[in-house]
Order: sequence, then C-alpha cells, then structure tokens
Amino acid sequence: MDINTLRIVATVVSFIVFIGIVVWVGRNRKSSDFKEAANLPFKED
Amino acid sequence: MENIDTHSITRGGNTYHDGVIRQFSIMAVVWGVVGMLVGVIIASQLVWPELNLGLPWTSFGRLRPLHTNAVIFAFGGCTLFATSYYVVQRTCQTALFMPKLASFTFWGWQLVIVAAAISLPLGYTQGKEYAELEWPIDLLIAVVWVSYAIVFFGTIAKRNIKHIYVANWFFGAFILTVALLHIVNSAAIPAGYMKSYSAYAGVQDAMVQWWYGHNAVGFFLTAGFLGIMYYFVPKQAGRPVYSYSLSIIHFWALIFTYMWAGPHHLHYTALPDWTQSLGMVFSLVLLAPSWGGMINGIMTMSGAWHKLRTDPILRFLIVSLSFYGMSTFEGPMMAIKTVNSLSHYTDWTVGHVHSGALGWVGMVSMGALYFMIPKLFGKKEMHSIKAIELHFWLATVGIVLYISALWISGVMEGLMWRAINVDGTLTYTFVESVKAKTPYYIIRMLGGLLYLSGMSIMLWNVIKTATSGKAAIVAIPPVHAHA
Repeated sequence: MDINTLRIVATVVSFIVFIGIVVWVGRNRKSSDFKEAANLPFKED
Repeated sequence: MENIDTHSITRGGNTYHDGVIRQFSIMAVVWGVVGMLVGVIIASQLVWPELNLGLPWTSFGRLRPLHTNAVIFAFGGCTLFATSYYVVQRTCQTALFMPKLASFTFWGWQLVIVAAAISLPLGYTQGKEYAELEWPIDLLIAVVWVSYAIVFFGTIAKRNIKHIYVANWFFGAFILTVALLHIVNSAAIPAGYMKSYSAYAGVQDAMVQWWYGHNAVGFFLTAGFLGIMYYFVPKQAGRPVYSYSLSIIHFWALIFTYMWAGPHHLHYTALPDWTQSLGMVFSLVLLAPSWGGMINGIMTMSGAWHKLRTDPILRFLIVSLSFYGMSTFEGPMMAIKTVNSLSHYTDWTVGHVHSGALGWVGMVSMGALYFMIPKLFGKKEMHSIKAIELHFWLATVGIVLYISALWISGVMEGLMWRAINVDGTLTYTFVESVKAKTPYYIIRMLGGLLYLSGMSIMLWNVIKTATSGKAAIVAIPPVHAHA
C-alpha cells in the first residue's frame, strides 16, 4: 500500500474517532460517572 | 489536610510521597527568580548593549537561550513535576510508584538545569530554539523523562479510584508527547563531546524543529499547565469544574489539533505552500478547544465570584486563565499568513510569547505553588497573604507594561520594514527601526523588573513558610466503600 494512502486512512480514522468521542460525551452528559469524576479533587479531604 | 497527625488510623499507615514534591516546589521558585533575572538582564542589554560587558559568556546570544531554558524547563519544568506528582497521588489516592525513581527525576532534572546553565554561556548549542542543549545533556533529559513517565503512569496504574481525573489526562499527554518531541527533534550525529549535527537536513530540519517548537508550547506549556488548572482552580474555588464533559472534549480536541500547527512558524519560507496553509488552518481551529478550556476554568467560579475579592491565590489562577484566553486568541490570529507577514520577526511575536508565558504559565504556576507549599510544610496558609497580594499586583502590572510595549514596538517595526517610497525603495533603513524601539524596550525592561520583584517576594514568602513549618506527613484516606 502507498504510504500516502496509509496517511489518509490515519487522518480520516482520527477524525472519525474524535467525532465519536464528542457524540459519546454528549450522550453521557448527565451520567453519574462524570459527576463522580468531577468531584475527585474533593475526595481526599 | 486535617488528618496530618492522624495518619496511623488509615490503612496500613500509608502516606503520600511528598518529599520529592517539596524539593521540586522550592526549586521551581528558586529557578523562577534566576530565569527571570537573566530575562531582565538581556532586556536591559537590548537598551544598553554595553551591559554585555564585552565578554562572550555574557553576550545576548548566549544568555538568551539561558533565559528561555531557565524559565521554561527549570521554573516551568519543576512546577510541572511538583504539581503532577501532587495531583496524581491525591486524585488516585495512592502513593507514588517507585519513589526512589521519583527522587532520581528530581536530582536528574537539577543536573540537566546546571549543565544547561554552564554549557549555554560557554557557547555549546545545537542552534535549535528551545532545544539548544548538546547531545550528552539531551541523553540525560531522555533518561529522566522516561523515568518520569514510569513514575507517573505507574502511579495511575495502581490507583485506588475507578476514574482517572481529567487533570491526569492532561499531565499524561504532556509527559508522553514531550518524550516523543524531544527524542525526534534531538536526533543528531555527534561530532565530539559537545558538538553534533542534526539528523535532518534543509527544510525538513526546519519543519521537525517547529513541529517540536510549537508542540513544546502546546504540550509542555499548555497541556501540562491545563492539568494544573483542572485541579487547582476547583480546589481553590471549592467547587468542581464547571463542566466535566466539556473538559473531555477540550482534552481530545487539543490532542488532535495541536500537532499540526507547527508550520505557522515557517510562513513564507522554503516550506511547501500547502504545509504552511495547513498549519494556518489548524492554528485557527485551535481557538475552539483553547477557549473551551478557558471558559470551563473561569466558569468554575460561577457562584463564587466574591472569593476573588479576598483570595489572591484564586486571583492568580483566574487572571492566568484570562491571559490564556487572550494569547490563544492572538496566536491563531498571528498564524494567518497575511497577519504573519506583518508580525513575524518583530517584537509582536516576543510580546505574544510573554503574554502566554508570564500571564498564563507563570501565574497559574504561582497560584498552584501558593496553594501547595503551605500544605506540604504543615501550615494552614503562606507566611504572608499580604505578600501574595503584592506579588499579584506587581506581576499583573509588569505583564501589562511588557506586552503593550512590545505590541506597539512590534507593529511599528513591522510597518517600518514594509514601508516603501513611490519609487519602490525602502522608506526606512533597518537601524532606524531599531532606534525607534528604544523607549518601548525601556518599558519592557521595567515590566520585566516588576515581574521579577514579585517573584523575589514569592521566594522570601516561601522560605519563611518552609522554615517555620515542618515536612507534613499526609495520610492517604481509607478507600471508600463505593470508590
């Protein structure tokens, strides 16, 4: 395979992964996991 | 911190490894004073060139990399080591992995700094900006950095908490990327003990250098300090970050975008045109994650704004975010090719870097250190709150003087360089543009002097706090049932 095809594939896959992350975060916006994680700095006291 | 003396009641009497954090915190402040002092010296040399004393070792060309290395890698580096070790232990509720190796990162890093402070004035340099150090020192950096990665990721691996807090994601990205950048850009063929030639040639060498250079800004000076922001702003404000989901998008957007922005340092050079345009476009895209992160940090204050009135540490942190927002707006704008044709090679660039460095990196570091240091020495707060207040105002006024002077002198010299007469000849000689900048160079030097005096007050305050306190032994809280 041509190295440039590989580069194109890597770029497109990265972009799709990023969009996937945004969609996943959007769907879980209200999840208790995020709330729990956000409060981690206060767990130590 | 109320359980300082009750650590015996916790699981096995486990405590955090804070000794290395104390060492890094103190040295961050010491190197901050040293690096900023060299900055003020070279700013003065630009006004009064005789201050180079006519000696090669004290000439501008050798002291300038000493200044940049000292403030970025000594002050900034020690701050990042200290804060990342502090945050990763507390948000993972576990002690550092391989504490002896952590201790090695401290002594190894100090050795790198001392080697830089000796070799740069002697004139040993690879000639790559922010990567000047010669190959033996580069090897030591690589060893220390890999050790740092082992300690940091090892600590995450043995965490007692389900989630990996967002600050650790930023610290982790910073550690991984800096390893990659340093190893690729420092690849060189040695030609003697302190002499080497880059493994790359021509425009490829330039592109590798600015891929490194811009990502040093993006990952060393941004991602690392965003890790600081995501822990210390919520802690000092006493409330969780405004939006945790925004912080995840912020992280990934930054990671996917920053790597591409380097070519904007090479506009109108031998670099292929499409690469320059690509760098410009990705720099513009960067505005979105940068401002997302800034908004997330500042909005953490919502409902607690009144605390800014009484808490100078919080003021350091929030003003640093304002400067972050300002310089990440200015940066993409300067990456636009037509704007860059005016701004590049002028003082505007230097002003831009300092609004990021003094405003964002400096102030967020100071805020975090003021938060950590009393706790590390078993004190409730710093020796003098009034001194923090004074430091804040000296630093803020210093930055404003510094960057506004260089905006004016930068735009002025850019316009003077491109001015042409009707017959097509240049209106000004180069030396006329240099002469016109003198008053602004004086103001810039005064701004730097104010910033340095603030830092010196901080050093005094830190020494007072450390010597009146004693090393605090902080217990790891017992694991909660539903951790």
